[in-house]
Amino acid sequence: MSKRYAMAIDLRRCVGCQTCTAACKSANATPPGVQWRRVLDIESGEFPDVRRAFLPVACMHCANPPCMHVCPTTATKQREDGLVTIDYDLCIGCSNCIMACPYDARSIEHRPRYAYGEPMVSETARFDPGRLSVATKCTFCKERIELAAVTGQTPGIDPEVTPACVNSCIAGAMHFGDVNDPQSNISTLLGGTEHFRMHEELGTDPSVYYIWDGPRHE
Amino acid sequence: MSESQQIGDRMLPRQQRNWDARAAANFICGGAGGGLLLATALASGRGEDLRPLVVVALALVGIGLFAVWLEIGRPWRALNVYLNAATSWMTREAMVAPLLFASGAAAVMFNLPAAFWVAGLLGLAYVYCQAHMLHANKGIPAWRLASCAGMIVATDLAEGAGLLCAGALVWPGLASFGLLLAGLLAVRLLAWWRYLASLRSTGVPLGTSKAFDAVGVRFVWLGHVVPAVLGVAAGLTGLSLLAVLAGVLAAATGGWFKYTLVCRAAFTQGFALPRTPSRGQGSAGRGVQPGWNSVRPQ
Repeated sequence: MSKRYAMAIDLRRCVGCQTCTAACKSANATPPGVQWRRVLDIESGEFPDVRRAFLPVACMHCANPPCMHVCPTTATKQREDGLVTIDYDLCIGCSNCIMACPYDARSIEHRPRYAYGEPMVSETARFDPGRLSVATKCTFCKERIELAAVTGQTPGIDPEVTPACVNSCIAGAMHFGDVNDPQSNISTLLGGTEHFRMHEELGTDPSVYYIWDGPRHE
Repeated sequence: MSESQQIGDRMLPRQQRNWDARAAANFICGGAGGGLLLATALASGRGEDLRPLVVVALALVGIGLFAVWLEIGRPWRALNVYLNAATSWMTREAMVAPLLFASGAAAVMFNLPAAFWVAGLLGLAYVYCQAHMLHANKGIPAWRLASCAGMIVATDLAEGAGLLCAGALVWPGLASFGLLLAGLLAVRLLAWWRYLASLRSTGVPLGTSKAFDAVGVRFVWLGHVVPAVLGVAAGLTGLSLLAVLAGVLAAATGGWFKYTLVCRAAFTQGFALPRTPSRGQGSAGRGVQPGWNSVRPQ
């Protein structure tokens, strides 16, 4: 069976610090207003039974990705390891994939944008004109995962080949690995906890699992 | 609303901003044009020279495609749209378009009944592709229902018949198609009610409900009851003015519906927690789906 990389996020541990959001922006140089990853702050219930939860969201790298099916250019593809990718050279920026994604995970920026109006040196150095007017989204830091094939390291275990957001999580809430390997870190974690996937009823078969209860793993 | 607030609010369904009036124009003009091609084929055996209506239909489809070309981010790569016929309805729409223009041009140049019919059937195919282009978008609850695709096809056919009836201004004999228009408006009304019923049964973002509530009563009366009565009267009396009024009302309200659907009622899915997590010493709690008019059963 081929690999299928997935992410497990323990909602019991997430403290909403947005460090993963910042790590993603730093790793991927996304412009202001574009967040491939973000953490939603949810308050629910009525006094005195009020709850607060934090929900990190990004591309779910669905096994049945609606964005890929609607894409008229085949720019959106699915790799054998489950990652959903975008070929910026093929994309025409029609936004159909944005409409198809139930996770609000994709963005299109038509003009260069900088944090303080004028570009800083770092922004100039990392500016990629190929990303203008095309769809962009979380890649699960695919360059790092590709590096694992060269170095023999294991994504989710070795930080060099693990997505930046997972590495950055201060609470140990984010986990990454091959969900098709029953011995992997993520399979073991999911096997002992209660979890759900976002909007499963839509048939997208997402690769991000949210843990909400069960034994805590230290 | 500030940019940071917009990002923070994405827990809730939000109105999509990526497809604006230009994209809506493709559905409004392209759908009406496709419907008009089919309606013109139906009327083509009566002896009148209806080739100008084919020109109008092709112009409508062309305007719609030009509008969407203005919207895409990389217009000079537009031909890449042909690369995914296997699953993309946008690709299929783009593949039907040149065939539609070729057959329409043949109908105009050679005035052959067969060419009218080929163009008419391709117009129907174009309408079908557009309807399924919306239906395939799982991220927009108002679009992904099968009944939405049915509503789009129903309104496009009614708009086509409406524009044909409007042609009674030039060809008074077309007033008899008022009866066909009334029948298609009855079908569109049924499709509209079915669509609303399926929205209610599946649950829908609050913004979608508000957008349709704002137009619903006027859409029923101005878009169906009044033009259907005028259409029946035109069909029975042969008065072309009645047919023109009925046709214009049917076409205009169909376009109004599609603008509402694309630009006002199109809210994203938002996010939901089937269960709130157990935190600290506490236990897990009930689920939450903010911004919807119903919470999914747990």
